[in-house]
Amino acid sequence: MHGDGKRYWHTNLKYLTAILSVWFLVSFGCGILWVEQLNQIRIGGFQLGFWFAQQGSIYTFVVLILVYVGLMNRLDAQYRAEEADS
Amino acid sequence: MSVQTWTFLIVGLSFAVYIGLAIWSRARSTGEFYVAGGEINPIFNGMATAADWMSAASFISMAGIISFVGYDGSVYLMGWTGGYVLLALLLAPYLRKFGKFTVPDFVGDRYYSRVARIVAVLCALFVSFTYVAGQMRGVGIVFSRFLNVEINTGVVIGMLIVFFYAVLGGMKGITYTQVAQYCVLIFAYMVPAIFISIMITGNPIPQLGFGDTLNDGSGAYLLDVLDQLNRDFGFATFTGGSKSTIDVFFITAALMVGTAGLPHVIVRFYTVPKVSGARVSAFWALLFIAILYTTAPAVAAFARTNLLRTIPERAYADVPQWFARWEDTKLIRFTDKNGDGMITYSGNGAVNELDIDRDIMVLANPEIADLPSWIIALVAAGGLAAALSTAAGLLLVISTAFAHDLLKKSFYPDLSERRELGFARIAAGGAVILAGYFGVNPPDYVAATVAIAFGLAASSFFPAIILGIFSKRVNREGAVAGMITGLLFTTSYIVYFKFLFPETNNAAHWWFGISPEGIGTLGMIVNFVVSIAVSLFTPPPPRDVQEMVARIRLPG
Repeated sequence: MHGDGKRYWHTNLKYLTAILSVWFLVSFGCGILWVEQLNQIRIGGFQLGFWFAQQGSIYTFVVLILVYVGLMNRLDAQYRAEEADS
Repeated sequence: MSVQTWTFLIVGLSFAVYIGLAIWSRARSTGEFYVAGGEINPIFNGMATAADWMSAASFISMAGIISFVGYDGSVYLMGWTGGYVLLALLLAPYLRKFGKFTVPDFVGDRYYSRVARIVAVLCALFVSFTYVAGQMRGVGIVFSRFLNVEINTGVVIGMLIVFFYAVLGGMKGITYTQVAQYCVLIFAYMVPAIFISIMITGNPIPQLGFGDTLNDGSGAYLLDVLDQLNRDFGFATFTGGSKSTIDVFFITAALMVGTAGLPHVIVRFYTVPKVSGARVSAFWALLFIAILYTTAPAVAAFARTNLLRTIPERAYADVPQWFARWEDTKLIRFTDKNGDGMITYSGNGAVNELDIDRDIMVLANPEIADLPSWIIALVAAGGLAAALSTAAGLLLVISTAFAHDLLKKSFYPDLSERRELGFARIAAGGAVILAGYFGVNPPDYVAATVAIAFGLAASSFFPAIILGIFSKRVNREGAVAGMITGLLFTTSYIVYFKFLFPETNNAAHWWFGISPEGIGTLGMIVNFVVSIAVSLFTPPPPRDVQEMVARIRLPG
C-alpha cells in the first residue's frame, strides 16, 4: 500500500472510532447502563432512558450511517483526486 | 364486504404481483442467480434488504412481545437495528470490494483454507434452516386465521409461491419481489398503527402518539396510564424492566453482532454495483427498517392499553367478537377458575384466567380497535409479505451455500456454470420442501433455536470477517481455531440450558447472569481472543493474501 492508501485507511479508522463510540454511548450507554438515571428526566410523556432504548437509539443509528456515507464519499473523492495527480 | 372477501382479494392481488415480478426478472446466469448480477440500485437494494430482514418475527411477534415485556423488549429494537451500523461501517463495503458471491467465499479465500470455508458453509446452512422453519410457521398461522384454511394447507400454499419465485428468479427475481413485499408490509403495518394512534391519542404519528396524552380529555400521558393499568392488574410496568442490566447488555450485543453476521443479510450487499453503493444501501435499509421498528413499541403500548381497558373484569358472556374468533385458533384461552363468569386477568398466575398468545397482538390489534375490514385484510397480506420475503432470501443462501460453496468451491471445481445453476435450483427446491416440512411439523425448539442462530452468527462469522479485514496478521490457524472454539462454546452453553437442563435455566445458574440468548456475545469475545492468540504463535498469512487485504481496504 503506498502513501495515499495508508492515509486513506487511517482517516477511515478515525471515522470508524468516532462513529462507533457514539453508537455505543447512545445504545448501550443511554439505553441500558444509565437508563435508570435518565428515566428521572421526562420529555413529554417519555422517560428519557426508556425513549433512548425504544426510539432514540434507532434514530441515532440511521443518522450515524448517513454521516459515515457522507464522510466516506468525500474521502473517496479526495483519494481519487490525489491518485489522478500522482 | 366481509373480512374474508377482502383478505382473498388483497392477498391474491399481492401474490399475483410477486409472481409477475418473478417471471419478468428471472435469472439467466449464476451471477444473476446469486447476486442479481451486481447491478441493483442501492435504494431498491435497501428496500429488498429491509423486506429480507424483517421476518414474520419482526412483523407479527415483535410488537406482541414488547406489549407484554415493555422495556425488556428494547433488546430486539436496538439489537436488530444497531447491527446495521456495524454492517455499514465494518463489513458491507469491504465484502462488496472483495467481490465474489458469499460469506464462505470470503472466509475461504482470506484464510486460504478449505476447512475454514466448510466450517463457514455449515454455519450458514444451520443458521438459515433454523430461521426458515420459523417463517413457514408464520405463513401457516396467517393463512389459517384469515383464509380459514388448515395451518398445513397454508404452509403448502406458501411453499408453492416461494418455490416458484426463488427457484425461477434467483436473487434477481427475489430482489424485485422483495421490493414489492416491502411496500406491502410497511403499508400494512403503518395504516392500522396510524388509525389506532389517532384513536387513542389524537396524534397521527405513532412514534409521537407513543409519548402523547390520551385524547379522552384526562390530560394523562399514555405511558403513565399504561404503567398504572399494569400495576393495577399485578404486572410489571411497561417502562420498567425485569431483566438484569448485564443480561440486557449481552443480549442486545449478541443480537447486534448476530445481525451483522447473518449470511442472508450480508449477501444482499454483494448485489449493488459499487463499494459506495454498499454503504449507502445499508443506510436505506436501516431507514426502511427503522420506520417499522420505531412504530412497533408504539403499537405495543396501544395494544396493551386497549387490551387492559376492554377485557379484564368483563363478563365472559359479552366479550367482543374478535375474542371469540381468536379463541377458535386456541391462541386465546379462558378458563373460569373461580366460576364467577367474569374474566380475571392478572400478573398473579394463581388467579389469572386468561392466556393470550403474544403472537396475536399485531394481527388482532385492528380487530381490537374495531378498524374497517379492509385494514384487517391488509395486515394479513403484510404478515405474509414479511414471512415470504425472508423465507425466499434464506432459501437463496441455502441453495448458494450448497451449489456454490460446497459443490463447486469445495469439491468439484470443474463444475460448469450451467450445471452449477441447475444444482442451485435443485438445492433451492429441496430447501423449500424441507422448510415446508418444518412448517407443518414445527419442532418445539424453534424459538430456542433462533437464539442459537444469532449466537452462532455472532460467535463464528463476525470475528472471522472483522479480523479478516482489519488485521493482516490473523491467519488460517487463528481463524479456524477461533471459529471452532466460539461455536463450541456458544452451542454448548445454549444446549446445556435449553435442552439438557432446562430446569436450571435461570439467573442463579447462568455465568455472570448472562442468559443463553446473550451468550453469543461472550462466544464472540472468546473467538476474538483465540484467533489473535493462535495467529501470533503461527506464521503470518502468505503475501498474496496480505495484498488482497490491502486491496479491499481501498475505494473501488
